[in-house]
Amino acid sequence: MAHIAVRVQNLSKEYRLGRPATNQMLREALSNAIYAPFHAVGRLLAGQRSRDRGTLWALRNVSFEVTRGEIVGIIGPNGAGKSTLLKILSRITEPTTGRVEIHGRVGSLLEVGTGFHPELTGRENVYLSGTFLGMKKAEIDRKLDEILAFSEIEKFADTPVKHYSSGMYVRLAFGVAAHLEPEILIVDEVLAVGDAAFQRKCLNKMEDVRQHGRTVLFVSHNMSAVTRLCQRAILIAGGCIQQDGPAPEVTSAYLLSSLKTKAQREWTDLAGAPGDDVVRLRAIRARTTEGAAVEAADIRQPVGIEMTYDVLKPGYCLVPRYEINNEAGLCVFSTLGLEPEWRTRPRPMGRHVSTAWIPGNFLAEGTLLVTARVFSPDPVRNHFYEPETMAFQVVDSLESDAARGGWEGSIPGVVRPLLRWTTTVTDLPDEDRPVVS
Amino acid sequence: MHEGPYTERALSQTDSALANSVTIIEPSRGWVPIKLRELWEFREVLYFLVWRDIKVRYRQTLIGATWAVIQPFMTMVVFTIFFGRLAKMPSDGFPYPLFAFAALVPWTFFANGLTQGANSLVASGHLITKVYFPRLLVPTARVLGGLLDLVLAFLVLLGMMWWYGALPRLGAVVWLPALVLLALTTAVGVSLWLSALNVRYRDIQHVVPFLVQIWLFATPIAYPSSLLAERWRPLYALNPMVGVVEGFRWALLGSGTAPGPVLVSSALAALILLVTGTFFFRRIERTFADVI
Repeated sequence: MAHIAVRVQNLSKEYRLGRPATNQMLREALSNAIYAPFHAVGRLLAGQRSRDRGTLWALRNVSFEVTRGEIVGIIGPNGAGKSTLLKILSRITEPTTGRVEIHGRVGSLLEVGTGFHPELTGRENVYLSGTFLGMKKAEIDRKLDEILAFSEIEKFADTPVKHYSSGMYVRLAFGVAAHLEPEILIVDEVLAVGDAAFQRKCLNKMEDVRQHGRTVLFVSHNMSAVTRLCQRAILIAGGCIQQDGPAPEVTSAYLLSSLKTKAQREWTDLAGAPGDDVVRLRAIRARTTEGAAVEAADIRQPVGIEMTYDVLKPGYCLVPRYEINNEAGLCVFSTLGLEPEWRTRPRPMGRHVSTAWIPGNFLAEGTLLVTARVFSPDPVRNHFYEPETMAFQVVDSLESDAARGGWEGSIPGVVRPLLRWTTTVTDLPDEDRPVVS
Repeated sequence: MHEGPYTERALSQTDSALANSVTIIEPSRGWVPIKLRELWEFREVLYFLVWRDIKVRYRQTLIGATWAVIQPFMTMVVFTIFFGRLAKMPSDGFPYPLFAFAALVPWTFFANGLTQGANSLVASGHLITKVYFPRLLVPTARVLGGLLDLVLAFLVLLGMMWWYGALPRLGAVVWLPALVLLALTTAVGVSLWLSALNVRYRDIQHVVPFLVQIWLFATPIAYPSSLLAERWRPLYALNPMVGVVEGFRWALLGSGTAPGPVLVSSALAALILLVTGTFFFRRIERTFADVI
């Protein structure tokens, strides 16, 4: 039986909103001022909260379970309730209703440099922050040198952190956090800060955590981090769980919904269409070879990225270009329309349709976002540039003619080409041949 | 529900540790228990909160911890000029400066503890919204941080006693720690009330300076309590600082008789403040992170 690390049952959290200021007459304001202390004391003694105000449900009936050793990504738009959930799990705020059961010691990192004091030195802050995050003094004594080394600030260990660069500050803060050894780690957006190299270091450290079999709950807007680190993701929106499942599925569903991007888009109104006085984008879609629009393409089938654009002024050589990004924001490739017949020939007025064909058995599964552009090369001029204007899914197949060859686990890689392999066999040299008795 | 699998197979170290530490998070209702065991588990957080306060207090000041001494000393000088010289306030037969300073040493500790303690939660908002630890430790640590200042001021008091040739009552000096504990208890008790209220009603910030000032004159610091009519004494002794100040003068200067009954009622009042403050604090603690 899998051991439960965290069990959340019907968790709800209600926030009271501030009452908007209303204009009062002076007489009213004065009489309020006189009575207010008495009312306030009365309310206080009655244990009520001040005034009647609007409320907001930051979380509503959220239930889920996390088994030990699982790494769960929590994603969702801003204000969805993710941080509220982490705050309840970290015992910073209480739920309004519901129940949470946590098996094991919890360490939570809701900010970079919890408890840091600017006047204290790096070394002193390691003790301070470490203690707040749940380390014992003896443990910090033991790990101090290691933490300073990890943070690469040994030379500045005795300088007040207010003199640190923001990079040094973040490194030290994460250095402390990275040396926590809780059974359950709760992390909120800590990776959103720091440079790329440092983010990589953080991600690697989280991998370590996973290998040590610890449980992690991880809120992030970095979908590549979520898909890479978490087997499972929970999508929260409007205070409710919208989706809970394998991380790649949930993140791509979230990306599609949050981008409000479809596999097919059309601009019926010329004036509102992207473009300039020369070219206007009218439609873009993903299509099959048969000509049907496709939202989820079979990984083995070619996909056409087709855009329809109106050329309103003749005399321009035009180059259409696509950039394909995956859900992690990584550019998979970009491609130019270099058809020989249009390369140097000015386009006539009219409705043009250009399609780029992506072969089957080439893309990896997941969500792909298409950035579309049409430009004139000489002089270079963008007529329109529509970043991530369209998105489609690639769905892998367990059939043996797909690159995954029937394997059910996850497969790394930005692309998943089906390559031709060759194997030859010759006899073993005499000296390496095993002796057969 | 987990007992089954745990007992069926061999327990590894982590399994048993995990089984032991189950945290239940539920909305609390009404009065909340104080959880002394949890406070004990977080004693290192208290230690580092105090340590931080002490380390930070006089950073980037020119004369550092000398401030701990200057504050009560200057008050003593002012009191000596206005009450001692101009108003000819009686001082139980002791030199007025010594008389005032013996009271100002514990008073300054109390007044600073109260002022900083009342503001402590609001000042630690960044911690309270980001990490869990028993919030009771915040005002407590603030008050405890003043103990070092108290020791420094006390050394100056000893110097003054030597200067004036005052002799402490040797048998009574052992009571000093108990008197400090009484001042500490009172300061923590009041800080718990005020700091918790201050989270929701910032009015408290404006009330505290008045409160300290009124309390100063409701305590026999500038004047001897012998000025007070006998029938008001019991009421007066409800102010725990009366017991502290009288005790200090009695032990160090040898004034009057042992303030026994006064101390008993002072101690009771301080204890009531601490206990009610703690329960009140615990009751509204759950909303701190949301309203701070």
